[in-house]
Amino acid sequence: MSEKSQDNSNGSSAYWKANLKWVGILLSIWFIVSYGCGILFVDQLDKIRLGGFGLGFWFAQQGSIYVFVILIAIYVKVMNRLDKKYSVKKKD
Amino acid sequence: MDVQYWTYLIVGLTFALYIGIAIWAKASTTGEFYIAGKGVPALANGMATAADWMSAASFLGMAGIISFAGYDGSVYLMGWTGGYVLLALLLAPYLRKFGHFTVPDFVGDRYYSKTARVVALFCAIFISFTYVCGQMRGVGIVFSKFLDVSIFWGVIIGMAIVFFYAVLGGMKGITYTQVAQYCVLIFAFMVPAIFISIQLTGNPIPQLGFGDTAVGSEGVYLLDKLDGLSQDLGFAKYTERQGSKLDLFAITLALMVGTAGLPHVIIRFYTVKKVSAARVSAFWALLFIAILYTTAPAVAVFARTNLLETIPEKAYSEVPGWFKKWENADLIAWIDKNKDGKIQYVAGKSFEGKPDYAVTQNDAGDTIPLRGTNDERLLKNKPTEGANELFVDRDIMVLANPEIANLPNWVIALVAAGGLAAALSTAAGLLLVISTSVAHDFVKKTINPGMSDKSELIVARMAAAIAVLIAGYFGLHPPGFVAEVVAFAFGLAAASFFPAIIMGIFSKRMNREGAITGMIVGITFTTAYIIYFQFINKADSNPDHWWFGISPKGIGAVGMLLNFIVSFAVSAVTPKPPQDVVDMIENIRQPEDEDEELEVSDH
Repeated sequence: MSEKSQDNSNGSSAYWKANLKWVGILLSIWFIVSYGCGILFVDQLDKIRLGGFGLGFWFAQQGSIYVFVILIAIYVKVMNRLDKKYSVKKKD
Repeated sequence: MDVQYWTYLIVGLTFALYIGIAIWAKASTTGEFYIAGKGVPALANGMATAADWMSAASFLGMAGIISFAGYDGSVYLMGWTGGYVLLALLLAPYLRKFGHFTVPDFVGDRYYSKTARVVALFCAIFISFTYVCGQMRGVGIVFSKFLDVSIFWGVIIGMAIVFFYAVLGGMKGITYTQVAQYCVLIFAFMVPAIFISIQLTGNPIPQLGFGDTAVGSEGVYLLDKLDGLSQDLGFAKYTERQGSKLDLFAITLALMVGTAGLPHVIIRFYTVKKVSAARVSAFWALLFIAILYTTAPAVAVFARTNLLETIPEKAYSEVPGWFKKWENADLIAWIDKNKDGKIQYVAGKSFEGKPDYAVTQNDAGDTIPLRGTNDERLLKNKPTEGANELFVDRDIMVLANPEIANLPNWVIALVAAGGLAAALSTAAGLLLVISTSVAHDFVKKTINPGMSDKSELIVARMAAAIAVLIAGYFGLHPPGFVAEVVAFAFGLAAASFFPAIIMGIFSKRMNREGAITGMIVGITFTTAYIIYFQFINKADSNPDHWWFGISPKGIGAVGMLLNFIVSFAVSAVTPKPPQDVVDMIENIRQPEDEDEELEVSDH
């Protein structure tokens, strides 16, 4: 039992590490576009104009949401690839 | 055809559709009742999740709140969508891999404790009921204002419909009904938004339109025009920040984490076949949600601009029909302080508290409103010293928007059907969580483990039926603004579930003692803070008295931090979790086998 879980954790710990790395990257972007651009630096960014929008205002009410959708799309792609790479095929 | 007929027609058709789906998708096992037999395709699950989660607050309340709060309203937009990212990345795939029915189920097994299960169960039911209040108020508003039935009968009809498809169909019925409800609500939200965007900016895409130039103002951007209109009347600039950054940060965090921790959203990810499908359905859900969420701020700007252009300095005798209609519906109030017969609308409150209309009795003994010299409804409220004479309830902005913009009657009727779809879909999802929690986590797992599948299904249906009745009570005695009540539910979810689930997945060291004390401390602290400032000492609810200037809406973020800190502190001095639990965590962290379809593990 302990030997088997040892085996598993070798293969799976690489998978888990890759997973954590990607989640870390994606959540950093998540934080920057919402809390960063939308709240903390909104006053500075509002000086830049994007059509009728101040850039900070645009991030808070539009941009952050678009980025969120893209983040999940990337996550789905990356995880599907990682699943393929690390999944243990029982039939082999 | 007038609005009334159109509304009866469209609402009637959509209700017939929901009932038809419920009959078609009747559940016959607990598996189908709780999680639709895990046979829901990712795209459909995404749509159902979107409808489940976009409540009356998103549909009716949010654009109205943003309309009055301007930039500060962004916390709702970022909070409610950003939480989805947390859900998709940190929770959904692992909970799906774990493969049980409910969040209390996960918490109970992961923390090897009936106490943990019961604490989580209590949190789930408490949060769900808080949230249901908001939905019922939405159903009540739409019925009483559009269909000319009393709030009482409005709520009864709404309850009957939900009762029918939630009790009969369970998760399977609810899921396919929600797919239909998503289509109804998104169509109903987009059609008026596109019409009004073309009217005001000439741009048919609302998301771009509110950053475009205003029609008939020679290259002036709509937002600049609105900022100008606002300032002329003494309001703050629409696009400028008012609240403190720390408070906005805390509210956004509480909403985000709360979204991720909401039990009725999490449960949706148990309804798909594979972990990879859970990830894909989280993507679809956010995409479908984003359509409404990027349109709402545009609707807010359009509605605000129209209101500020139409009403100020207009004589009451010349106001458009919608003004009197909503005044008669108790949601607009006007006090002619300076007796000039015109409506002064400037910054500041017009009177203390919510409108309290004066009434009298006519010869036949019916209660009728008392009217003033301009034929306006008189109020019992004490007017303030300020020059503002007008009260507009924020909840009407979406409902009244098509009328304010003079759109055709069928569009107005469509909005009513959309509001009902949003409220009913969320209410049904919540009722299912309540019934599942009671039947599965409480009766089956805690009291009577030997119960058969058949009797569990009966208990689940009975629990759903009782929950519908309790929810109906809240519909008749609604507390506060729709979106605000719901915002508190998010705070509570943030302070209780989220840390317990996150630590359950990402820490092998977190144990029973830590998680339970964390949840109790988090939810107790948050509830106490909200109750103190919202109910006991409302007069002190302002930035000077709040802790660190954090409002009751944002306090869930602090509750969550407390939960994390207490959990880690307690777990450091108590025994490690047993080996089989560590193995379980190891297992949910592993990739899924390609052709593996997880079974519900306790059947």
